[in-house]
Amino acid sequence: MALLEVKDLQVRVEDREILHGLSLTVNPGEVHAIMGPNGSGKSTLSHVIAGKPGYEVTGGQILFRGEDLLEMEPDERAAKGVFLAFQYPVEIPGVATMNFLRTALNAQRKARGESEYSTPDFLKKVREVSKSLNIPQDMLKRGVNVGFSGGEKKRNEILQMALFEPSLCILDEMDSGLDIDALRIAADGVNALRSLERAMVVITHYQRLLNYIVPDYVHVMAKGSVVKTGGKELALQLEESGYAQFEDA
Amino acid sequence: MNVVLAKTDTGRAVSTSFAFARERLPGSGKVAEQRRQAFEAFERAGLPHRRIEDWKYTDLRALMREVLPLAASPDTTALSRAEAALKLHAIEGTRRLVLVDGVFAPKLSDLGKGEKGFSVRTLREVLETGDGALQGELLASDNSDPMIALNTAMATDGVVIEIANGTVLEQPLHVVHVASVGTPAAMFTRSLFRLGRDASATLVESFVAAEGTEAYQAYDSLIVSVGDNARLDHLRLVEDGLDAFNIASAAVTLGAHAQLNTFGMVSGASVSRYQPTIVFAGEGARVDTNGVNLIKGRQHADTTMFMDHAVPHCASREVFRAVIDDRAHSVFQGRIVVRPDAQKTDAKMMTRALLLSDEAEADNKPELEIFADDVTCGHGATTGALDESLLFYLRARGLPEREAQALLIQAFVGEAIESIANDSLREHVIAAAQRWLEARA
Ligand SMILES: Nc1ncnc2c1ncn2[C@@H]1O[C@H](COP(=O)(O)OP(=O)(O)OP(=O)(O)O)[C@@H](O)[C@H]1O
Ligand SMILES: [Mg+2]
Repeated sequence: MALLEVKDLQVRVEDREILHGLSLTVNPGEVHAIMGPNGSGKSTLSHVIAGKPGYEVTGGQILFRGEDLLEMEPDERAAKGVFLAFQYPVEIPGVATMNFLRTALNAQRKARGESEYSTPDFLKKVREVSKSLNIPQDMLKRGVNVGFSGGEKKRNEILQMALFEPSLCILDEMDSGLDIDALRIAADGVNALRSLERAMVVITHYQRLLNYIVPDYVHVMAKGSVVKTGGKELALQLEESGYAQFEDA
Repeated sequence: MNVVLAKTDTGRAVSTSFAFARERLPGSGKVAEQRRQAFEAFERAGLPHRRIEDWKYTDLRALMREVLPLAASPDTTALSRAEAALKLHAIEGTRRLVLVDGVFAPKLSDLGKGEKGFSVRTLREVLETGDGALQGELLASDNSDPMIALNTAMATDGVVIEIANGTVLEQPLHVVHVASVGTPAAMFTRSLFRLGRDASATLVESFVAAEGTEAYQAYDSLIVSVGDNARLDHLRLVEDGLDAFNIASAAVTLGAHAQLNTFGMVSGASVSRYQPTIVFAGEGARVDTNGVNLIKGRQHADTTMFMDHAVPHCASREVFRAVIDDRAHSVFQGRIVVRPDAQKTDAKMMTRALLLSDEAEADNKPELEIFADDVTCGHGATTGALDESLLFYLRARGLPEREAQALLIQAFVGEAIESIANDSLREHVIAAAQRWLEARA
């Protein structure tokens, strides 16, 4: 069974249609890249999958392992294994990162009927993961993303992904704001999570990221729908030709 | 006009109550005369109502309607219920002084050998056998506020704490007001806290109810003086029963270079009003005050604070936060007066209200009266719901709605709780806020 099936999805924001019948199927183990010009609706798609309020779905459906995702609360989706690494992660002053990570992880486990992590087990796990992503411990003592640099915020998203072990990872421009070394480390972190059960949807503007995270499929999104799908070579072509051909369509 | 207003049923009921209670009120001679004058002042004004500017958001005539009769002295049942309640509200490492239904309870209090320079007596003791000057000070309050006047007239007991010059009191004092009445009643307490020059101390006040307590009204008044160079940390926790009234005032005077840190949290009582007046009497003093209302249902919580910058070079910081759910109503009235001589005053006031429901209400009335020209004064206010984008981020990470809200509310009140210097007191307050959040979930 497909992990994610988006069928003919139509989405409005404040009376303006942003997605006009978008379809996308992602199977376990696959890596999909989505590329496309600014404002084509990539983040909108990722938000609707994660359940962000403020979007009106006027047509189509989204199935996750055959279940209607649009019927679920955002936290239920997270517990079922949907994870979105945000393009713009928010800062949450006064909520310590460690406390947030533990509360979130245990909430997901509880929702799945699994036992909660004990404090030592949790600490051990966070330490392992943050070390592999080169995230200093003192960052975890601060408020969630508070005072983090752009790149640090992105690394914090990957840290959460590694910790929660979701089955669908949507990465919305995880490469923006990362320097070359940080990009490699983050990409290694993502690659370490690749498995036969897990799928990735990588939204990016740059083919460079796809050298590190090699996709099975590349989709071009323009004006609210997928206009072309190909293999990894499509990304290289786009680098050459740009999006003009799709925008005119 | 006022005389006419006083002739309400309420006025008559209280009048009878005062006549009836007089026998039980400590003090005679001048003390009795001060009480009589105060009572007359109360009778003339009656319960404050919305047409009196200071009380426009807290109309006691509408909310309370009547002053209940004076509570009986606690019997053994009341005392044993109070004892059970204390187990719940005890704070480790503090010296506890307990008032049950407005009467000092020696058996529940820790009267063991005090640190050097520390003395505690009851109000009753002082009014019956103390020296005249102290008696006068205890009942000298301004009768222009009817509720303070009523308290002066009816004050049954309280604690009179004196800390000698230069004494550093390590152990925080915890004054616990426990309501344990078996029939609806009112309790009136008045306490005094005098901190000598160069001294420092921590005073915690809690208002709580024993299990199964009837509806009650707690009227309290606190007189505080902080000596030159002294430092007082003051915590006030209103955790009264949800059908209780808590009407209280504080009159604080600060000496030169004194420091006052106050933290107040209201999570209990159906209707509460707290009127602290802080007077800077010596130069170079500083006040940091943090308030938190955590209210729900139809609770009404009013803090009306008066910061009187009477002398130069003093600083005050007021940050008042409210978390308001359901149809609850939070009021903050902050008045700052900078008198003509009080140059170089630095006074700031901030209110932040978090509305958790569409019917929640926050009223905020800042008043700055500045008569000096070389000062820094300001006030600000924010009111709003929880930030949707933060809530979504947390929910996208698996937190159910209520838990996500709880984390953000914790962060919001946490900033105020951080101001509490003492670790075990801070933990105690965090736990109290946590209980409120859990009861909500
Ligand atoms: N809340 C909103 N209100 C109004 N318009 C919106 C809102 N959110 C998105 N849009 C519009 O929807 C369109 C798609 O936005 P979206 O953020 O999905 O694009 P994107 O493909 O992710 O762009 P980028 O590459 O710049 O990140 C844009 O025209 C944007 O202005
Ligand atoms: Mg985007």
